[in-house]
Amino acid sequence: MSYQANFRVWRGDSSGGSLEPYQVEVNEGEVVLDIVHRLQATQAPDLAVRWNCKAGKCGSCSAEVNGRPRLLCMTRMSTLPADEPVTITPMRTFPVLRDLVTDVSFNYTKAREVPSFVPPPDLKPGQYRMQQEDVNRSQEFRKCIECFLCQNTCHVVRDHEENKPAFSGPRFLMRVAELDMHPLDAAAEGGLDRKRSAQEEHGLGMCNITKCCTEVCPEHIKITDNALIPLKERAVDRKYDPLVWLGSVIRRRK
Amino acid sequence: MTTEIRPPQQPGEPQSAAAPSGPAPGRGVHSPGRAAIAARHLRTDRWWASPALTGFGLLAFIGYSTWRAFFGLHTAYAAPYVSPFYSPCLAANCPAMKSGADWALFGSWWQLSPALIVLIFPLGFRLTCYYYRKAYYRAFWSSPPACAVAEPHASYSGETRFPLILQNIHRYFFYFAIVVAGILTYDAVLAWRNPAGQWGHAGVGTLVLLANIVLIWAYTLSCHSCRHIVGGRLRHFSKHPVRYRMWNLVGKLNARHMQLAWASLISVGVADLYVYLLASGAFTDPRIF
Repeated sequence: MSYQANFRVWRGDSSGGSLEPYQVEVNEGEVVLDIVHRLQATQAPDLAVRWNCKAGKCGSCSAEVNGRPRLLCMTRMSTLPADEPVTITPMRTFPVLRDLVTDVSFNYTKAREVPSFVPPPDLKPGQYRMQQEDVNRSQEFRKCIECFLCQNTCHVVRDHEENKPAFSGPRFLMRVAELDMHPLDAAAEGGLDRKRSAQEEHGLGMCNITKCCTEVCPEHIKITDNALIPLKERAVDRKYDPLVWLGSVIRRRK
Repeated sequence: MTTEIRPPQQPGEPQSAAAPSGPAPGRGVHSPGRAAIAARHLRTDRWWASPALTGFGLLAFIGYSTWRAFFGLHTAYAAPYVSPFYSPCLAANCPAMKSGADWALFGSWWQLSPALIVLIFPLGFRLTCYYYRKAYYRAFWSSPPACAVAEPHASYSGETRFPLILQNIHRYFFYFAIVVAGILTYDAVLAWRNPAGQWGHAGVGTLVLLANIVLIWAYTLSCHSCRHIVGGRLRHFSKHPVRYRMWNLVGKLNARHMQLAWASLISVGVADLYVYLLASGAFTDPRIF
């Protein structure tokens, strides 16, 4: 079944812009990205949109549909009210380049700030052996497609631009958690305490666990429950639990 | 029709009278460089319903429990049931309980309600709970009110400073919560008596206290700190199979932490209300056997 739907699409760049109205045909089974492509083909050939796989796996077409951060290719038109205009805007946490395309380089800067996996000194590549139960947790986080919807919806930076230097955001705190839970990461042996750095360098304490990152994750990763809260608990081990601190001192002396 | 949107305001530029509510222009989603959209949010769903319901539910419980904690001493015990708000009773002015958790550790100098001594622990446990934090940050502090809805605050430091940095002591309240749950379990066992103190009897109140303690334990054990302590802190589950199994079990409960938080909050209120109604003579406890 086809129908004509009303859309409001944000058009503009960093100097200003507006929500432009369009009427576009919608067919059964289509997603919002299909409509944006039809819009490009029929009415707005200069409409800028970033996309790639159309399968929810590349993380390119992140935007906001009716004010909710979503992948355009994974938002079915049938889930939106047919009798109301559908509003499509770029992500509102990052600087806009043009139309629906934003500059997400903030995330790449934050990615570089997370020290990478430290190989164990006594093992060569090819000698790594890990039990499945030891890597299950990290493998959930490896599902991340880096769409940055969690970064976009996190109010710590969305509503407070000034927090961007101090806060890495859920995606990269999850990366810290992933490495800290990695059975072979040897960062601690080299003097890097990921639990402590999560709080002191990546702004873990700014997270107030309101779970918006989990709500918008298209991969359904339980970012808050499985990464951020466990990381907070690990930071508590280091900084706020005198019993754990005492135990670690005694073990070190042995 | 084109909706006219002003470009983002530059620092130092005076605010116009038509400035949108919420974050001032130049801040948050209106920061320079971001897409110039005047509205604080563009959500069209009922995003306000969840925080409104949460706020109403929490306020209702706070109101009821405050009234009961301050003024419920004389209706806190209806043999063989004791209200969970008054157990353990640590002051000398407790109602006489047959074999109950009535230990006058605070002596007779404590003249206020004995509930106030004990309630600080479950209150602290729930106040620092990771679920309740989300609930009240959203409902009462609008930080944020809902996802992708701009919060009204000019600045934000999260849980990095006093007093919110104290949220990190959640695990200590968890330890206390285990003790409190143990004592409430003892109360639920005592409920298998008749009002004369003979064992092997049960009434509807027994089932009420039993349901309450099951939910209290489920909520307590589903706690994120518990999940961390039993196994989450490990890096090698394969070397600790028992803890790994416990971690998995707690993880299954943890996935229902929100539901258990509400269910146990309601059950503790209902258990207290049941004892209150019995003690005030509204009805007599229907006996099962």
